[in-house]
Amino acid sequence: MAGSTAARGPLVAVLDYGAANMVSIGQALVAAGARVVVAEDAAALRGVDAVVVPGVGAAVPAMAHISDRGLAEPLRDWVRAGRPCLGICLGYQILFERSAEGDEGDADTLGLLAGRTVGLTDAPTLPHIGWNTVELVRSHPLFDGIPDGSHFYFVHSFAPAPEDERVVLARTTHGRPFVSAVASGSLYGLQFHPEKSAEVGQRLLINFLRLVADAGATGGGRARAVEVA
Amino acid sequence: MLARRVIPCLDVANGRVVKGTRFVDLTDEGDPAELAERYAREGADEIVFLDITAAPEGRGTILDAVRRTASRAFVPLTVGGGVRSVDEMRAVLRAGADKVSFNTAAVADPELLTACARRFGRQAVVCAIDARRLPASVESDAGVPVAWEVVTHGGRTRVGLDAIEWAQRAVDLGAGELLVTSMDRDGTRSGFDTELLTAISSRVRVPVIASGGAAGPADFVVAVREGGADAVLAASIFHRRMFSIHTVKQAMAAAGLPVRPVAEVEA
Repeated sequence: MAGSTAARGPLVAVLDYGAANMVSIGQALVAAGARVVVAEDAAALRGVDAVVVPGVGAAVPAMAHISDRGLAEPLRDWVRAGRPCLGICLGYQILFERSAEGDEGDADTLGLLAGRTVGLTDAPTLPHIGWNTVELVRSHPLFDGIPDGSHFYFVHSFAPAPEDERVVLARTTHGRPFVSAVASGSLYGLQFHPEKSAEVGQRLLINFLRLVADAGATGGGRARAVEVA
Repeated sequence: MLARRVIPCLDVANGRVVKGTRFVDLTDEGDPAELAERYAREGADEIVFLDITAAPEGRGTILDAVRRTASRAFVPLTVGGGVRSVDEMRAVLRAGADKVSFNTAAVADPELLTACARRFGRQAVVCAIDARRLPASVESDAGVPVAWEVVTHGGRTRVGLDAIEWAQRAVDLGAGELLVTSMDRDGTRSGFDTELLTAISSRVRVPVIASGGAAGPADFVVAVREGGADAVLAASIFHRRMFSIHTVKQAMAAAGLPVRPVAEVEA
């Protein structure tokens, strides 16, 4: 899969925890210039430059799979060490403390960002499926070259409500506005699917890989601890 | 604002895209992966692969087409036709598809929708409903209630279900989206059955994809505006290059409907 350019690109571990469709994100990352390994356990994180947490489906089974594979604590350690991590869709939601998507009340999730994942409010259709506009709250290198208000592909019924406004990068409206992108140090979260968002999605993944490469080059990524919940 | 989607559908038989009128008189229209990539470049919001042979021996060729498409075109892909179990759905998702559409299999085993939604999330489960007007209501005469029945096997089999009731039940069971095809209009280029679309879209909260009968850009506008469709699907008018996706989106935008512009950044 790796071409001559890709051979020099950052090595990205895509977390495979069962239900997730990690095929598409792997292919999109390769097309963006990464080398990709599929990580089914903590050992596979050794030597990689970044971790991508993909995911569709429900929070409870996803957390169960992550725990069963012994990935929860290594993933927390990874993020707390300030190393690059990108959560997509469900993989974004579980970065927060709790999810209302539990079978009985809230489900505990990874707790790397303060806040709770809740159902979309006043949504005209559910699930929220399709291309919606992403309105930037502030500029960030993750969105370099991507016009404010560009369309990205969404497929979800829940979204996190971050407690710390400083992590919010963008909002999207379906019914009421929700937070569609966050960044906290080298930890990034996207409610939409860049791997399914055509040119703008590829551009975002290229930007992410550039941030990963910069973090590796300065060594700052390893040393800089992120403020975590 | 959520854009209304324009979705080209590739009917695939034995590894080739085919198109006929009401599922008969099939003609060869090309390689599925090549067509899918072309559509993605031209601004398709999603691509549907429909295995119209729905035979187990055909699964390999359609998965191959999905794999080839998914490695080069980064848009959502839906696969329909012949998927009958959670394990089969997993194989389709692993090939790079985002959603699986169930038709005959869901009618035969409605719990399949629930099992697949539980495993992969309801957003990955599409219920395709082929609906035909009951003879008494074809002209929608005053006094005769309009009704549609569910048909399967390309319209050859009547299954004794009311299409509107089945749509609501499919959503209750786990479908996250409905693909509604009018078998009276499919392949006829006489416009979508907006009454059918309205009857369903007004009763469910999930997105409804309109299918069957597109003749031109104006029909897409009507399906959304009058039929309440969230997305519009068509096949032959795109394959035969009668209209481009861009032309259809321009017409929708001109009518005030939100659409995703064809290209927002330089590729």
